[in-house]
Order: sequence, then C-alpha cells, then structure tokens
Amino acid sequence: MSSREAILNRVKTNKPAAVALPQTLAFPPVPADACIEKFARTVEAVGGTVVEVTNLAEIGAYLKKHYESPERVLNTVHGVGFGQELSGPIEDGHVLANLEIAVVTGSVGVAENGAVWVSEENLPTRVLPFITEHLMLVVAAENIVSNMHEAYVRLDVSAPGFGAFISGPSRTADIEQSLVIGAHGPKRAHVFILK
Amino acid sequence: MSSSTYVAPTDHAKAADKFMEDEERVNWHDKALWFIRQKRDVASKQLPEWELLRETASQIKQNVLSNLDTYLEEFERHAKQNGITVHWAADAAEHNRIVLDIIKRHGIQKLVKSKSMLTEECHLNDFLGDNGIDVVDTDLGERVVQLAQEPPSHIVLPCIHKRKEEVGELFHQHLGTEKGASDPAYLTEAARQHLREKFLTSDLAITGVNFAIAETGGFVVCTNEGNADMGAHLAKVHIACMGIEKIIPKAENLGVFLRLLARSATGQPITTYSSHFHRPRPDQEMHIVLVDNGRSIQLGRKDFYNSLKCIRCGACINTCPVYRRSGGHSYHYAISGPIGAILAPNMDMKKNADLPFASTLCGSCSNVCPVKIDIHNQLYQWRQVLSDGGYVPKTKKIGMQAMATVLSNPTIYRVAGKSGRFMMNLMPGLANMKAVNPWAKQREMPEPPKESFRDWYLKNKKKS
Repeated sequence: MSSREAILNRVKTNKPAAVALPQTLAFPPVPADACIEKFARTVEAVGGTVVEVTNLAEIGAYLKKHYESPERVLNTVHGVGFGQELSGPIEDGHVLANLEIAVVTGSVGVAENGAVWVSEENLPTRVLPFITEHLMLVVAAENIVSNMHEAYVRLDVSAPGFGAFISGPSRTADIEQSLVIGAHGPKRAHVFILK
Repeated sequence: MSSSTYVAPTDHAKAADKFMEDEERVNWHDKALWFIRQKRDVASKQLPEWELLRETASQIKQNVLSNLDTYLEEFERHAKQNGITVHWAADAAEHNRIVLDIIKRHGIQKLVKSKSMLTEECHLNDFLGDNGIDVVDTDLGERVVQLAQEPPSHIVLPCIHKRKEEVGELFHQHLGTEKGASDPAYLTEAARQHLREKFLTSDLAITGVNFAIAETGGFVVCTNEGNADMGAHLAKVHIACMGIEKIIPKAENLGVFLRLLARSATGQPITTYSSHFHRPRPDQEMHIVLVDNGRSIQLGRKDFYNSLKCIRCGACINTCPVYRRSGGHSYHYAISGPIGAILAPNMDMKKNADLPFASTLCGSCSNVCPVKIDIHNQLYQWRQVLSDGGYVPKTKKIGMQAMATVLSNPTIYRVAGKSGRFMMNLMPGLANMKAVNPWAKQREMPEPPKESFRDWYLKNKKKS
C-alpha cells in the first residue's frame, strides 16, 4: 500500500464525527470615508507612508520631487509618467537585485490591517514587490474594503498563480524583540490612495 | 553545518533548573514574552467580534478534521490541476527522503529555507546536512539559532532565549560584524546582506505552509521578513512542506484565520506578507509534501484530536508562566510550551512523558488560543494516560493517585485537609523541606488556616 493510501485510510478510520462548515462571516458595511480613513491610519501604524492623490500624474510629480532621478524607479503603473516604464514581463527576477524603487498596482486595500492585495496580473515578475528596497503601491479608493472577509469576497485568489497581501515594509523583531523595519523585503513602503 | 552538537536535555524540570541558574536572563525572558502577550490582548480587544472569530475558527477546524480525508483528496486534485507536484509522506523519514530526492534530481548543493516547524519536527536540516546539502535558514531568528547550532526555542520567535550581545558575538564570528556590536538594527542589516546573497544564488527554496486550500489547490505562507517570498520567487524549484492538518476548505475561510493569526502571535493586525501560491512560474517546479507523522493517530484520540486545530501562533507559549520561566529548550521537542506538551506525547510517550507535567494547569493557554483548543484539559488528561501507561515516575504517580482518591471522596477530603493542617502546624519544616517536596524549592508554604472553610461555614451558618 502506498503512503497516500495508508494515510487516507487511517484518517478515514480515525476521524471524528462529521460536523458542518460554519456559515460565512459578514459584518455590517462601514461607510467608504471611514474605511479609507481607517486604512490610511493602519498603513501608517504598520510603518508605511500614505499619500492621497486625485490622479496618477500626481504620483509622478511626487516621485520627481522626492527622488529626482527617474533611473532609480521601476514603474509598472501606466499613467504615473515618472521612472522607467515597463509593460512586458521580466524573465528573470535576479536582474532586480539592486532595484531601489518599484511602483506597483494593488487591487484591494484592507482597512483593518493596512494590507494591499498585489498579484501576478499586475507584476512583471513575482519577486518585484519583495526584492525592491522601497515599494510604492497604488490603490484606488473605491477598492478599499473594511475587513478581510470583504476582501475575499472581492478577490478570486486562485485566478493568478501568485498573489499576496502586503502590509507595510518588511520587519523583524527576532533580536530581543526590538522592532527593526527592513528585514529581507523592502525597507520602506508608500501607499498612494487614488481618490 | 549540522546541529548535532546540541544534546537535548531529557527532563523538563532538570533542564528548567539549568535555565533558571541565570536569574537575570530568566527575568528578561519572562518580561519579553509577557510583553508580547499584552500586545496580543490589545490587538484582540480592538475587534468586538474576537470571540465570534475564535468560535468560527474552531468550528471550521472541527469540520476540517471530521472530513480530512476528502479535503486532502480535493486539495491534491486541485493542486495537480494547478501544475503542483503532490507527495505523501507517512513519517518524518519518508518526508526527508522525498525532499532529498528532489534536491538530488536537480543536482543542487545548497538551498534556502524559510520557517517551517514541520521540518524541525522531521529534523530535515540534520538529515540534509548528513547528505552533504548546505541548508541556510533565512528567518533571522532561525539563522541565529542555526549559527549557534541550537534548535529554535519558540515557534514564532526562534531565538527569544538569546540576548543581543550573544547574537552580536555569533554574527561577529560568522558574518564578520564588528566585535562587541549588538545593536539590533545593525545586526539585522548585516543579516539582510548576508542572506540576500544566499537568496540570489540558491536554485531551490523550501518553505512551510500556514494554510492549504482544498477548494483551490493553493497554499498560503505568512512571514514578516519576506524571506519565504525572496527564496521561492528566485528559485527554480520550490518545495512546500506541510502537516496534513493544515488544510482549510475554502479561500474565504482565510478571512477568519488571517484575522486571528498575527493578532494572537505578536499583536500585529496581519503579518507583513500573506502569500498565496497557486501555480509555479513558467520556469519553475513546485512541490508540496503532505506529511502525516503521527497526525492520523492523534486524530483518533478523542480527548486529544483537538490539538490538530493548532495554527502555530504561539499565543499559548507567550502566556504560559512555566514556559516564560523555563525557556523553550527545556521542552526537548520541536514545538515548545503548552501546545508542544500536548502534541509531543502522541509522538513518543516514553520520551515526552514529563512534558504534560510542565504546567500549572492555570488555563491561560486555553483562554488565549485562537482556535479554542482546551490545552490545559488535555495536559491534565495526558497525565492520566501517561500514568496509566506506566510512563510516569513512581513518586509522581503515587502522588497523583493519592490526589485522585482525596479529591473524589468528600469524607477522605475532609480528613486529609484536617491532617494536612495538623501536620503543617506540628512540623512546618516537613512541607517546606526542599528535598522531600520539590514544590517547596522556591516557595515558602503558607500559614495553615486554623480551620477549613467547611468547618467555618458550618459554625457560622448555625449562628445566623
């Protein structure tokens, strides 16, 4: 008998009596303005910087003002108009080893935890939002939801081959519980809320 | 490198004695963990629906365990459709062989690994090391204990038992940081540079799995450091290792679990990264190893199968008064603290018979558990099972039997109470004698009351 059969047989014999799956949780909707405000506050609390803009060109202007040289920026969001624009895929993520700034579209923002859903559909290569030293996410205000339950209603997480909720810059507190921002992923994170 | 130089102590109480020799460190350890417990409290109290989430999570896991075979088959079917290769391992040895076979097939000599308690449970690093494979743990805390040739002492905070000066010395020796430097930000930056080179030059990455979704055939890995993603997305081969109990039915169930996990673990609203893997990259191979290693046996223990609901947040460990003052290594099992103490006896009753006794049964672990495992009850029940099975030293067993007799018979209880008070008044030294009564080692017995509550109640009831 294969291990697969042996495991499944043992599980079948030993499993407890069948119990139904509980109903999906849902909570009263939160007004859009309150949601956006909470989202912005939470992103700041997890170490990110929030900038509200009314159009994509404003992001370009912001980048120009703060980072001056467009060579430092890999921009995957059409319309920002600053940095090196990229449309096609990147074959090998290793070429991004020294990347300083990446601008990426996030499709959903979550108010309760400041997380932004970033998926393969919006990435030239999977490693981009992790390998860059500074990650800049762009989220439309109408795509900000109150909690994770609502996020999963909006998303089909299995449609892309890869997707992640990203909340702030990478961090660790493994040495004596001292919080250090900037572990293996980005050291800084911006979230632009497009209103 | 091999971690075989570390010899695990075999008795919790003895190992705890050793840990407690350094009182300053114990006090620091105790406070650091309590601080995390408090952060968990603050985070949980911000959600009015916290208790509903816990109850729902527990029920979802109950549903999973009661249909585990069908969910596993459903997961396998969908994962295969997604282009993921699925392996089944009955035990640790088979798991390790499967992983080594994949590594060898690709002619790989070194790999990066993010945190996976399952691979700790299977002693994968030692096995691969013995077979000439260079394994680099990429979680900062895990890298620290790997350099120190020790196992992790905590499932979420692997080097919580180390002071920053010790980490500084390790990094000075292995990574060439400045002698005497111990600033956490400086040491973290050194580790970032050291491990970035490993990420960029490794063709194979091993990760753990936090949740595997039956409905979609994908899996979720949670980290704060981004190390699982850096490894997996840069490697040609990704192997994800998981215990069979990590299955959840639907993607929407993640809403419940991801709201609970990080809040319970560290008080964060969510981990920095919650990565959902469904298909390999076009240029990549992706493997999942489904590991039983005793879980299907535990599933059949009606008093203990609830332990398989665990999502490895570590909340029970942070709150445990015994763990906080005895350290993770005193548990001599891959998973320390209260949850480890109810999982370990299933694996080896003889070797782990001491662990369910490493508890005050205060119940704090059960109170903080996000999936409502009745941990302290199970600790108590394991004591009975281990005692009946002859795995418990005689002195402990006689005491337990006497306690059971006394507590189950009201007349004997009253007599025993009287004689106890009588003995303590007559010979207070006996109860306080450290050699005869280990409990009295760091304690002074209280003044025995002159009469029992029952005597007092009967007397005062007559008056009114």
